[in-house]
Amino acid sequence: MNPVNYIYLAALLFTIGATGVLIRRNAIVVFMCVELMLNACNLSLVAFSRMHGNLDGQIIAFFTMVVAAAEVVVGLAIIVSLFRSRHSASVDDASLMKL
Amino acid sequence: MENLIALLIAAPLLGAAVLLCGGRRLDAVGHWIGTVLAAVSFVFGAILFVDLLGKDAEHRTLTQHLFSWIPVEGFQADVAFRLDQLSMTFVLLITGVGSLIHLYSVGYMEHDERRRRFFGYLNLFLAAMLLLVLADNYLLLYVGWEGVGLASYLLIGFWQHKPSAATAAKKAFLVNRVGDMGLSIAIMIMFTTFGTFAFGPLLGTHEEPGLVGETSEGTLTAIGLMLLLAACGKSAQVPLQSWLGDAMEGPTPVSALIHAATMVTAGVYLIVRSGAIFNAAPDAQLLVTIVGAVTLLFGAIVGCAKDDIKKALAGSTMSQIGYMVLAAGLGPIGYVFAIMHLVTHGFFKAGLFLGAGSVMHGMNDEVDMRKYGGLRKYMPVTFITFGLGYLAIIGFPGLSGFFSKDKIIEAAFAKGGTEGWILGGCALLGAAITAYYMTRVMVLTFFGEKRWQPDEHGHEPHPHESPSSMTIPMILLAFGSVFAGGLFSVGDRFLHWLEPITGHDHGDAPISAATVTASTVAVMVIGVTAAYLQYGRRPVPVVAPRGSLLTRAARRDLLQDDFNHVVLVRGGEHLTRSLVYIDHTLVDGVVNGTAASVGGLSGRLRKLQNGFARSYAVSMFGGAALLVAATLLMRAV
Repeated sequence: MNPVNYIYLAALLFTIGATGVLIRRNAIVVFMCVELMLNACNLSLVAFSRMHGNLDGQIIAFFTMVVAAAEVVVGLAIIVSLFRSRHSASVDDASLMKL
Repeated sequence: MENLIALLIAAPLLGAAVLLCGGRRLDAVGHWIGTVLAAVSFVFGAILFVDLLGKDAEHRTLTQHLFSWIPVEGFQADVAFRLDQLSMTFVLLITGVGSLIHLYSVGYMEHDERRRRFFGYLNLFLAAMLLLVLADNYLLLYVGWEGVGLASYLLIGFWQHKPSAATAAKKAFLVNRVGDMGLSIAIMIMFTTFGTFAFGPLLGTHEEPGLVGETSEGTLTAIGLMLLLAACGKSAQVPLQSWLGDAMEGPTPVSALIHAATMVTAGVYLIVRSGAIFNAAPDAQLLVTIVGAVTLLFGAIVGCAKDDIKKALAGSTMSQIGYMVLAAGLGPIGYVFAIMHLVTHGFFKAGLFLGAGSVMHGMNDEVDMRKYGGLRKYMPVTFITFGLGYLAIIGFPGLSGFFSKDKIIEAAFAKGGTEGWILGGCALLGAAITAYYMTRVMVLTFFGEKRWQPDEHGHEPHPHESPSSMTIPMILLAFGSVFAGGLFSVGDRFLHWLEPITGHDHGDAPISAATVTASTVAVMVIGVTAAYLQYGRRPVPVVAPRGSLLTRAARRDLLQDDFNHVVLVRGGEHLTRSLVYIDHTLVDGVVNGTAASVGGLSGRLRKLQNGFARSYAVSMFGGAALLVAATLLMRAV
């Protein structure tokens, strides 16, 4: 199969993720969209790796997964504590950092 | 013997320090301390004079190096004194007349509770004036120059509870600053051009010209003009003359000592001392004569219109100093006569002022001559001494003023050419006006009917002769007014005394000396007769009549204050106002405009900071998209 199709898929996934980050208010969903964007990147890295015939992209994909796993731990912890303090997981409610 | 020079200055300086720092416990004796120290200074001066007379004419310059004031590489300012024939003449005049006026003030200021302070200031003045004439370089001269300005300021404003006196003091100080600026600029030019400002190396002697001889005429003209500006300020010459009339607000002994006999002649001293510079700068010299001629007529006209006896005398002082400046501007033809007139003027003008003070003393401080009249019966000594001073100043043959003024008029004609005729004509005209206004003063004060009336409190003045502490100085000064001129002129004594310092040149007179003398006497008689016909033959109105346009202008000092007000005060106001306007609109406009536009822009940018994470995300995505687009674009290009 033509590897370019994977790139298209990755672009589609990234766009879905980015759109979700921008339009959804629920912090969990936003978070999931961020993960989706990360994985779209991973997919494109693996696809490029395949296209160019070296393993660099695949190795970076592993690194990304490890970092994403760590980020999930921290991010979920933030969301949980946010929910505990405000009884809401809406990202728009947490808009105190403004003039 | 040289060491006496410093003591000459130290004596009055000590007096000033003791009297001004001593406090009230010296109130009882303060005036005598001041007088004795002034007299001590005179005695030192007399000893030095005798010593100088004992030497031959070429070796009469004594110098004393006291200490190095500012010893810096390439800049040497010394406190050093130089006593030669010129400064000796001044020393004797300053300390002699000064001591007499100290004595006079003992009586005149008797009822003033601040008499001790007054004597402190007088001593300070003496010290500063002596420093001025004894200094061996221009920088030290400048110290004395500023010192006499300070003393003059303090003494004009001595009765500072009167707003008019306080204002007059301020005016004198400010106008003098303009002149002082000229002197300081002259000193700066000297230093940058010659690297020194000591008289010896700078001015040289007749045999060997100093550094001045090796310099371009342009530089010397610049120095000369600045020195002339300084002289105009200190000596109340046009255009810086406006302060002298108001300076009469000071106590009368001050007017006699500072504003008639000594300080106001400092400008003449400066010009004569800097003779080497002026001789090499004919343009500056010509301007000096013009200033002198204009001022001698200006002062004389003002003197004719004033009803205030002191202000009439002040106009006369201005006019007589105009004669001296005119003579000093004639170069070697006139230097000696400028100084000779200065000395005789010191005697008779101080005498006249002391006489005026004596009249005021007896008339409850009334100064309006229209309210005097017939005082000769009440104050015989004042009348006789004042009368002798009067005869001296109008140039009555045989008295002091006759010899010195006649010589100046001769010298003005001897300048030669058209200039000589114009200057000589001005001087002759001035002599006629002098005779006119002095006769007017004399007649209004001492002759005619008594015109005084009770003042608003009902006190009628009881004219009386002043105490002997006041009449003795007047009598001594009257002796000077009568005999000094003859003493100086017989055998050309004064000429031979001063010639080694100033040089002398007979010029080429277009008319003989006898003709000049005859015309001087003739114009004097015309002036006296005119004034007698106008004031002596018919009753004098107590309230001044309206008078002609010229009279009214002359009463307002020929509009000098109006001129200064319109040109300088208004001009200055307009200048500052337009500068403020430019500052407000242009400078502030640029600064405030920049700040306002940056503020407005950031106010708009600030709205991006809204706290919504999603909006920040849009910015990030937008930025990333822009970066990608830019990268692609760059690659395509």
